Amino acid sequence: MNDRAWVATRKGLIELRRRAGAWQVARASFVGDPVSMVLPPDAGGRMFAALNLGHFGVKMHRSDDAGETWQEVAAPAFPPQPEGAPGPAWKVSMVWAMERAGRDLCAGTLPGGLFRSTDGAGSWQLDEALWNRPERPAWNGGGYDVPGIHSISALADGTMLVGVSCGGAWVTRDAGASWAQTAHGMRAEYMPPDQAFDPGIQDPHAIVRCAAQPDVLWCQHHNGIFRSTNGGAWWTELHAPLSSFGFAVAAHPVDPQTAWFVPAVKDQCRVPVERALAVNRTRDGGATFETLRAGLPQQDCYDLVYRHSLAVADDGSTLMMGSTTGGVWASGDAGDHWTALEARLPPIHAVRFG
Amino acid sequence: MPHVAFTSQLQRFTQTPAFHTSAATLREALEEAFERNPRLRHYVLDEQGHLRQHVVVFIGARRAVDRVALTDPLAPGDEVHVLQALTGG
Repeated sequence: MNDRAWVATRKGLIELRRRAGAWQVARASFVGDPVSMVLPPDAGGRMFAALNLGHFGVKMHRSDDAGETWQEVAAPAFPPQPEGAPGPAWKVSMVWAMERAGRDLCAGTLPGGLFRSTDGAGSWQLDEALWNRPERPAWNGGGYDVPGIHSISALADGTMLVGVSCGGAWVTRDAGASWAQTAHGMRAEYMPPDQAFDPGIQDPHAIVRCAAQPDVLWCQHHNGIFRSTNGGAWWTELHAPLSSFGFAVAAHPVDPQTAWFVPAVKDQCRVPVERALAVNRTRDGGATFETLRAGLPQQDCYDLVYRHSLAVADDGSTLMMGSTTGGVWASGDAGDHWTALEARLPPIHAVRFG
Repeated sequence: MPHVAFTSQLQRFTQTPAFHTSAATLREALEEAFERNPRLRHYVLDEQGHLRQHVVVFIGARRAVDRVALTDPLAPGDEVHVLQALTGG
């Protein structure tokens, strides 16, 4: 669905509708509560929202009528922590990613758990094969005190790739029975030089896949942009104008050569370059980029687009992005021109079409 | 008998009627509350059974200190308040 978008924010879930070419707020749910992730409705209208209540923990809500009514369902939770278990406490502190994998529902969490539900979030099972990898306790936090899974990309054949900050990228080809590291080629300039290419310490901020050509993956990394054309087996670094630092990336659903990025200055200065918001678009697999600015604020702008907050619709030309200071901009022409949403929203965690 | 009451903030999410209890420890008192309303458990405790990081419990004028096993003793007449901690925003 290209005319409906969901914005998960620090203070609620906002539904946007495009009518006569203009995006407007259609509904707000969970007003006042942090919504860390939303999974848009399936064909039957079933959708999910993950809440992160400041005092009372992570909660999951399900709607069977496309967001009109909600009921609380089970939230992902770790099994009892064995005494002396290495790594962070076995306590879910946030649902960072939610995706469908066939008929199943998958959630990625802080601190680095991957959970699967086969009953619409009536219950959850921890992917123990990934959780029990010997490398997992050494994963580091990236932006949070504990590591987390922020990207999940599943294919119909049981292949799934997850992105971990900071633990690189992991792939299973047997529906979660076994996992292998798949961040080779990524470079971490925040590490000592001899460890820069260690796949296990990479900080992919977001990893997305071209739906029509699923061997093509794009990664906005902590210190660069990377692309894989072989399902993540090898990543090649790309160089974008303005800055290669950022969080968000959107992959064209059909064209494997096209992707969008939203650059910021650097990790120590997370604002748009020269405080002018811009989007970098490549249409040739990352060989060259265009910097798009039409309709975006070009002065005194501090908006940062976080990792889940740039989305492209199924049509490949409708785009939307939301910022940590509540700005929303939409494009109907693949980013050539942008229009700001009039509403001022809370800090935005995720933007999704559907 | 000790008396247990919950922050009104929780009533946005689930039912939390106050009650009197013969429980001897905070753990026993909370388990009684969860028997009355199973949904309440994961608002107050995390999945390891520990008091949530940003939940605080007062037993009379003193703050409960055992946030893991919840062994703080209760005495007849104690007022137990389960509250949100300001650390949670």
